[in-house]
This record gives sequence, C-alpha cells and structure tokens, in this order.
Amino acid sequence: MSASQYILELDNVSKIFGSVIALNGVTLRLREGEVHCLLGDNGAGKSTLIKTLAGVHKPTKGEYRVDGKPVLFDSPSQALDKGIATVYQDLALVPLMSVARNFFMGREPIVKRFGIFPVLDHQHMEVTARQKLGEMGIRIRDAEQPIGTMSGGEKQCLAIARAIHFGARVLILDEPTAALGVKQSFNVLKLIHKARERGISVIFITHNVHHAYPIGDSFTLLNRGQSMGTFTKDTITKDEVLDMMAGGAEMQKMMAELDGVHI
Amino acid sequence: MENSVSQPAPAVGGDERVRQLGWFKLLMNKPWFAAAAGSVLVFAVFAITAGSSGMFNLDGIMNWSQVAAYLGIISIGACLLMIAGEFDLSIGSMIGFSGMMVAIPPLYFGWPVWLSVIFAFVVSMAIGWLNGYLVIKTRLPSFIVTLAFLFILRGLTLALAVMFTNQTIVSGVGDIAIKDPLVSSLFHGVIGTGFFEWMAEKGWIATQDGGKPLVAGIPKVIAWWALLGVIASLILAKTRAGNWIFAVGGDANAAKNVGVPVKKVKIALFVFTAFCACLFATLQVCDIGSAAADRGMQKEFEATIAAVIGGTLLTGGYGSVVGSCFGALIFGVVQIGLGYTDVNSDWFRVFVGVMLLVAVIFNNYIRRRATESR
Ligand SMILES: Nc1ncnc2c1ncn2[C@@H]1O[C@H](COP(=O)(O)OP(=O)(O)OP(=O)(O)O)[C@@H](O)[C@H]1O
Ligand SMILES: [Mg+2]
Repeated sequence: MSASQYILELDNVSKIFGSVIALNGVTLRLREGEVHCLLGDNGAGKSTLIKTLAGVHKPTKGEYRVDGKPVLFDSPSQALDKGIATVYQDLALVPLMSVARNFFMGREPIVKRFGIFPVLDHQHMEVTARQKLGEMGIRIRDAEQPIGTMSGGEKQCLAIARAIHFGARVLILDEPTAALGVKQSFNVLKLIHKARERGISVIFITHNVHHAYPIGDSFTLLNRGQSMGTFTKDTITKDEVLDMMAGGAEMQKMMAELDGVHI
Repeated sequence: MENSVSQPAPAVGGDERVRQLGWFKLLMNKPWFAAAAGSVLVFAVFAITAGSSGMFNLDGIMNWSQVAAYLGIISIGACLLMIAGEFDLSIGSMIGFSGMMVAIPPLYFGWPVWLSVIFAFVVSMAIGWLNGYLVIKTRLPSFIVTLAFLFILRGLTLALAVMFTNQTIVSGVGDIAIKDPLVSSLFHGVIGTGFFEWMAEKGWIATQDGGKPLVAGIPKVIAWWALLGVIASLILAKTRAGNWIFAVGGDANAAKNVGVPVKKVKIALFVFTAFCACLFATLQVCDIGSAAADRGMQKEFEATIAAVIGGTLLTGGYGSVVGSCFGALIFGVVQIGLGYTDVNSDWFRVFVGVMLLVAVIFNNYIRRRATESR
C-alpha cells in the first residue's frame, strides 16, 4: 500500500500540556473520501486530536503527514490553505461580529478599490454567507446582525457552513450536532454524506450512535489519550460502537475474548 | 441539487420574522451614536450658556478643537487597541519621553531636528513593540505590563533629561524646528493660510488691523487628527486588518482557531498607539517650542476615557474610531468651554468622571443587547 492512500496521518502523536498528557502515542489514518468517526468519553482527547490536525496545536511527539508528506503547521490558516477546515466544539465564532464577518473571519475576500486599495468585498461576504446558511436550512434575517443574538443551533450551522465552504478536501467536525434540532441534525448528516460523495474526507466526532453508525465508514476509539484501535464498518456492529462510546471498557473485555478482530 | 438539503428556499427577499426598525433604532445600533448625541448636547449647552462669550468665534473654535485634536490623536490609538482587547497605560509617559527624544539631540548633540524626530518615532514604536511583545509572551494583562512602562518611561524621561541637560524643561528647540523645512512643514503652524486670507479679504472672518485674518489657518494638529481619523476608521471598517482587530478583541481564541494572526495584530496595535503618542509629542514640541519631563501626564486615562465615551467596549471587540473622535471632541469642548462660563473649571474632572460612568453603563447595556439571544 502506498502512503498517499491516506490524506491525513497522525503517526504515534503525543500532545502534552504541562503535566497533562492529553494524547499519548495516537495513530490515526484518514482515507481519501471516507467518513471517519472519532469516539470516546468526555476528556478522552478528541478535541485535542482534531486541534492538532487543524493546526492549532503542534504535536509534542510524533509525526503529522498530509498526503504522505510531514507537515508542521504554525497556524490554522496553513491547514486551511491545504483545504483542511474544522468546526470546533466551541465553534470559534465572535458574538459581537456580524454573520458575514464571522463567516469569512481569517479568510476575508478582498477587492481593489480604485484599483489599489484592498478592501473587504462586503457584497460577496453577505451574499455567500446568506446563501450557504440557506442551504443548511437557516434563514438569517440580517447578515449585519451580531451573531450573539442567534440561537445556539443557528450558530452551529454557521460554523458548519463556514467549514464546508472552506474545507475543500478535509472536513473536521467536533460534535457538530450537539445543539441541533432533529431537522438540522439530519441536514448535517446529509451534508456529510454529500461531502463524501464529492470526494471530501470527513472526521466526525459525536456522542450519538444514531448519528455515527449510519454515516461512518470507520471508527476510532480514544480512551484517556490513547487510541484503542480503528474499526471499519464491516467489522463492527452498531451495539459494539455503542459500547465503544460508553468508554470502551466493555469493548476491551470483548476484544480479549474474541480473536481475529482486525484492529 | 445543491439546494436539496434545505426545505425552505434561501431567503432572498424579506423574512416574516424581521421587523422594520425605525431610523432611531438603527442609529442606536451604531457604536458612535451616543457620543455623537453627547457632542450635540454639549454644544447645545455651551451655545446657551456661553454663546455670546466668543467660544464659537473662529479663534474660540480653533482653541477647543486644538485641545480635542491632541486628545483625538492618542484616543484613536487607544481606541483601536481597546477594540483588540488591550490597554496601553504608558501613552502619557510615552508622550513625555518622545518629546525629550525630539528636543534633546538637536540642542545637546547637534543633530538636525528631522533626524531627532525620526529617532523619536523609531524608538517610541520600538518601545510599543516591546510592550506588545511582553503582553503576548507573558500572557499578563496589558494593564499590568503597560503600567510598569508608565513608571519606567516617566522615570527615564526625568533621569535622562537631568543627565543630559541638568533640567527638566528643555526649551529652545522650537526656533530650530521652524528652520527645518521638513519638520516645520509637517508639524509646525497652520495650514490653509491662503484660504483664510481669501476669506478675510471677502470680509467673512475677523481680521487684525492690517487686514490679515485674526486666525491664520487651521493648526496642523487638527489636520493630523482628521487624517489619522479618516485612515483609521477606513481600516477598521473596510479592510481585512479591521476585521482582524474586531475578531481578536471579540474572542482571541476563536480568532486564532480560524487563522487570524492574533499576536501580530495585537503587537501592531501597540506599535500604532506608540506612534500616536509620538505624533502628539512631536506636534506639541513644535507648537510650544519646548519639551518637559511632565508632559502627557494622565493622557493615557484621557485617551481611554475618550474612547469609552465614544462607545468602545472596555472588554474589547466593539467600538469605532468615529466614536472616539466624538469623545475627544466632548473633552475639548467642555475643558475649554468651562473657561468661557462662570463655572469654576475644577468641575471639569467631576464632569469627566460622570461622563465615563454613564458611558460605561450605556456601553454595557448595548453589548448585552448585541450578545444575548433574545
Ligand atoms: N490547552 C490545554 N491545556 C491543558 N490541558 C488541556 C488543554 N486542552 C485539553 N486539555 C486536557 O486534555 C484532556 C483532553 O481534552 P479534550 O478536550 O481533547 O477532550 P474531549 O475528548 O474533546 O472531551 P469532550 O467529549 O468532553 O469534548 C482533558 O483532560 C483536558 O483537560
Ligand atoms: Mg471535545
């Protein structure tokens, strides 16, 4: 197998914050065009892992490869340049700023005024933000309103729409359905499905098995900063995924009993 | 096919849940609105109480606008920095220090004035950079770091002035500065003399005995204030850098996560604030003709207060340059205006304190309206 089969690879990566070992020798491989679910208990290190992928954190140890080549991102904008976009658990939105300004924060479109002065393309910003949110089933009243006034789910949809807009190759979603209603959750799953159809790879974190199992191609379990292995869908049932989400304790016992489970 | 996900089509026209806001409500949503309204109110009060005193004659207007302009220049720097979520308490000390850097070298080391002015800008902006770098590196509140520089710079100003000149007031630099074509054309005197003479010929403005206009032109400090105000507000409202300033002050972590260079933005604004302080000092030295170790005392507070009165949030993420210019205008009008009335000018500070309190409470109310879901 050639290395370029994987679009993103974390090889034996550790991340240490002072005395906290958030990730301990985690290996994760993301195939081109797959939906990869990241499962684990609260505090297992899922968000730390995806922040490492997104360029927020640099690995303390281990190697991070994109298209088989080692990378060391200094800033999330470098990951975005490679088409890796992220919806953070805390959404990374600024409440006092408008919908349009939040949507393009850090990636503002520019037009040349009088041929020389680079100014924001407000028109494009508003139209795009409105349209992309509309595609998610959210109608914004005023693209200039501060998003602090939007509902939790509307904000989440904004963060997702933004990532889909900028995530040309890889989409990383940290609990994107946590605050969403039934219809919007369904929309997000559909969007993930559509992204995969377009050849975009997705990393999807959720605590909801009914969201993870139908859409996931493979499942990686994190437990206390360590990876308990990656399972493809044909090697695992919905109940086993549920066990894994419950912390993996059951799963470990089962793995000891069962031989021949491919990890 | 792209739209198959959404049931309702994307809103193109109106939304039944949008209520047409009246023009007053729309104005209320502008950060500078309260300060503009405050300015109108202040003008009205002085027009009534001091309308016949000469305060609104051309020389009176130049008088208070000059005070407003000096403060306005540093409040623009303070405002942008505050929107980005940081403070600079060393502005006042920086003014004193920069003034000395402009005045001492020509008088004691024989430098040309243009060189000492460039030197002052370079050194003060380097100190501004250091301020920012320390805030970023130590992750201490900028309040503390720049408070340290408030003392360091004021102490250095005194100590170095005494060391080089044996005095705390360095005078005589004004005469040299006027003879320097570059410095005097940029920082000394007035602009628009031709226009004012023309107006005097037409009899539109007051003249001296010889037919010359009583007010020769617009002091350059006012022109600088206007120029800086226009540039800074365009940058804030219309450019990528402006979006980053709001983002960094609104939520630095969110900004960082989407790739905004948070550290660079903050450091650049500390440098800009130092630039504003040095501009203030250079204009003042050229205008008064001397530098003094106690120049700029408490200017950091006045600049901050002007920005807050102008609607900038103390917590960052919201505000406007236009607002802080109105804040500075209120300051200038009241400070000078009281002299035209019977009111003892000691009341000025009381007024400033009350204004500040009202502005902070009002700003907080606006912020809550903007950030809390209703
Ligand atoms: N910047 C940081 N500094 C110190 N410790 C951190 C930092 N970020 C994360 N941690 C720690 O690392 C551990 C893993 O955190 P992480 O946010 O990755 O968990 P998670 O799997 O996303 O949990 P959840 O399901 O609750 O979102 C936690 O113990 C957390 O306290
Ligand atoms: Mg998390």
